[in-house]
Amino acid sequence: MNDIINMITIVCMIVITISISLLLYRVVKGPTNPDRAVALDAIGINLMGMAGLVAILLGTTRLNDVILLIGVLLFIGTIALAKYLEKGVIIDRDDD
Amino acid sequence: MVKTNDLILKTMTVLIAFILFGFAVNLFFAGHNEPGGGFIGGLMTAAAIVLMYMAYGERAVNKVLPVNYRTMIAIGLIIAIATGVGSFLFGQPFLSQTFDYYHVPVFGEVELATALLFDLGVYLTVIGVTMTIVLTISSDR
Repeated sequence: MNDIINMITIVCMIVITISISLLLYRVVKGPTNPDRAVALDAIGINLMGMAGLVAILLGTTRLNDVILLIGVLLFIGTIALAKYLEKGVIIDRDDD
Repeated sequence: MVKTNDLILKTMTVLIAFILFGFAVNLFFAGHNEPGGGFIGGLMTAAAIVLMYMAYGERAVNKVLPVNYRTMIAIGLIIAIATGVGSFLFGQPFLSQTFDYYHVPVFGEVELATALLFDLGVYLTVIGVTMTIVLTISSDR
């Protein structure tokens, strides 16, 4: 049973690695900056999945905080990138 | 620049910043026995405050959170030093820590350690430093 779980987990990690490689191609090649932003966002989500698979492989629950943390930082980073691309400033000053 | 309407971002920020503050408090109190602690808890709180700044702008958040973050650095350092100096009162070396078990109404038997007070100092210092850096960079002219 344990062997099956390990094997399936490793297969899933290989698939996620392929997915990250394809997204890296989009980050490097992407014609416009929003393409790169979306690709980086998707890479972060794949990293969350990878951290979950590593947690399964190691049989630990200590990585759950890391997964939530990656999600939070990814969200904030994507919002900041989107605001920069849209408005040119990240934190509005409201006084001019 | 055309005036945009960030209704989705603002509504989402109300919910997500609340969850982030809860996660930060969880990380802060989990630091003794599990991954977490003052540093990452402070960074999460700062991330939540930065999210509020990004969604609502500088003036609105200054009205909601009228905190001077430089003072917060000083308070955090003073708390950290005070927990170290406090061990002199009991004739112990600098930064000696102790703990004991208490009965708290809701949570039952809990272990309260003075390391938590040191962590509180780290927490406030990390929030103060991060927010000082972010706000200083964002408000230059």
